[in-house]
Amino acid sequence: MSTMSARAGDVTAGRARRRASSTELSRWDKVLRAVSAIAGIVPTGLLVFIAVIMVVAALPSILFNGFSFFTGSVFNFGNLYATTTVTHNGVTALPHAAYGVWPLIVGTLATSLIALVLAVPISVGGALMLSEVIPRRIADPLSVFLELLAGIPSVVFGLWGVAVFGPFIAAHVYPALSAIGHVIPFFKAPVGVGQGLLTASLVLTVMIIPIVASTTLVLLKRVPILAKEGALALGMTRYETARVVTIPYIRTGIVAASLLGWARALGETIAVLLIIGDIYSVPGNIFGNSSTIAAWIASTLDGALQDFTGMGVHALAELGLLLLAISLLTNLAGRLVVRRVAGGVLPVGRGV
Amino acid sequence: MSRRRRSHVRAAIFWGLCGVALFLIIAPALDIIISILANALPVLKPSLLTETTQGTQLGLQNAIVGTIVLSICVLIVAGTIGVLAGLYLAEFAPPRVASTARFFSEVLAGVPSIVVGYVGYTALVVGLHWHYSLLAGVLALSALILPYIVKTTELAFSSVPRALREGAIALGLSRGRMIRKVLIPPALPGIVSGLVLALAISTGETAPLLFTANFSDKLPSGLFNPVGYLTYVTYTDIQLPGKATQAVAYAAAGVTMLFVLLLILVGRRITARSRRLVARMDV
Repeated sequence: MSTMSARAGDVTAGRARRRASSTELSRWDKVLRAVSAIAGIVPTGLLVFIAVIMVVAALPSILFNGFSFFTGSVFNFGNLYATTTVTHNGVTALPHAAYGVWPLIVGTLATSLIALVLAVPISVGGALMLSEVIPRRIADPLSVFLELLAGIPSVVFGLWGVAVFGPFIAAHVYPALSAIGHVIPFFKAPVGVGQGLLTASLVLTVMIIPIVASTTLVLLKRVPILAKEGALALGMTRYETARVVTIPYIRTGIVAASLLGWARALGETIAVLLIIGDIYSVPGNIFGNSSTIAAWIASTLDGALQDFTGMGVHALAELGLLLLAISLLTNLAGRLVVRRVAGGVLPVGRGV
Repeated sequence: MSRRRRSHVRAAIFWGLCGVALFLIIAPALDIIISILANALPVLKPSLLTETTQGTQLGLQNAIVGTIVLSICVLIVAGTIGVLAGLYLAEFAPPRVASTARFFSEVLAGVPSIVVGYVGYTALVVGLHWHYSLLAGVLALSALILPYIVKTTELAFSSVPRALREGAIALGLSRGRMIRKVLIPPALPGIVSGLVLALAISTGETAPLLFTANFSDKLPSGLFNPVGYLTYVTYTDIQLPGKATQAVAYAAAGVTMLFVLLLILVGRRITARSRRLVARMDV
């Protein structure tokens, strides 16, 4: 019993322990407490700092562009060689400047949602296989492998997607897939050479699988053994036990893990930038080039620095603010959901 | 009878699909590791360590040294703050404060890395006139991995067996003494493995560094100068034409990946050992 609570790192029990040990603090203890308290507010402070900087940097763009920022589909710094400027709502920009990011919103949502829809069933199925079917001697090394996968740098995913996976899948799988184009026009050929929306989504899928799968594995280990044994004793098969006992038990946790995986896919920059083609458009078919919010910021900031009115940089800040808002909302939702089920399961950061 | 058979068929299909899912997890991962290494190994030559990254020259000296310098600095900044913050959350903070701070720290982990890079650019590179610099890169990376260190440290402290704390209290040890003499020894492996894994994450990052550390084809030369790092080489060289630059991209990717995987394996090994240690102490 006590071993179990130690392994789970039970935080509530920790709190009780702390209160029990309210002995006198020496002067050094007080110094340690003060110093560590300052460190303790750094993460919260950083979060506030990031939010404030983004809002302040985005403000001129918000004033200049208004709501058309979200609906327009042209992104243009304007005439970089102009000697005059235009003013709107008290903010100046270059003549002919236009900032509408609809294509990026579409690209970001499309890639991350496709990745999510593919990654969740694959992760849950694979995790079920690992924990319910495969003997531990083989399953344990495989779950270590899953952790390794979580640590592979995103630029390596990008390199693999561009040089290995993209060309392969465009030559061997996409032509067959384009047959669906007879039913759903969005799948119509041409399939391209392997850089585009679908390839980026597939690589994102591979990238978020470790997050969802390793969380699911932890959840599966927490399913009470008595309930499972009870189901088996009633004469249920392994499949029926999984369906009636195991999956319902972990369902909420999977929702939370999916939200975290989604947040990760939304914010992924380098891999997507390398693979998606980084073209500013809503693609004509699912194989076409597009871009995402994160990729566009990374690839355009250099050019935006040429805009002497600064509006280009501010527009990218508004994009960043939009991305920040979306991913914090998904992240927050995931953590609130999981808080109701069981604390401490969700990985922080990359899920390593 | 036929109903029974139908459920058998359904079970077979279900587990079959699960097997396919497991294959879809393992196959791409294996393919990434194998194909990157297969392309990188032929170009892993000694010149990587002696030459710098210039043109089509097969050299990574500046990037490798830069990555190591970045990692050490990040370890100093994020490691110190993160471990202290974790200690505070686990040992000192009132419950309500602790749960709020923990929550925001986890939310911080959800900030996209390009946003961290942008804030670093706006606040440090432009705002404080640091220009592209090692220091700006270090701070951006630190912000990214800080939540991870906080969480692993807190977990390491709070999973020290209750019996040890009770013993310390029974002996009348002060709080500071209890932390130093009783809690740190068993918590240390957990803290160290958290730091190693955080280092693995920071080694693989590109986006937060692009607009803070930028890049340099020279060896690191000070806190306020740009610095080179491995992921940048892969990111730019793969977009350039020509076999020679592609070879450099693969070499950099291979070295990065080996670095990261090694760190993760070391971290895992320490975690496993600390778990055994704690389990043995638990009475």
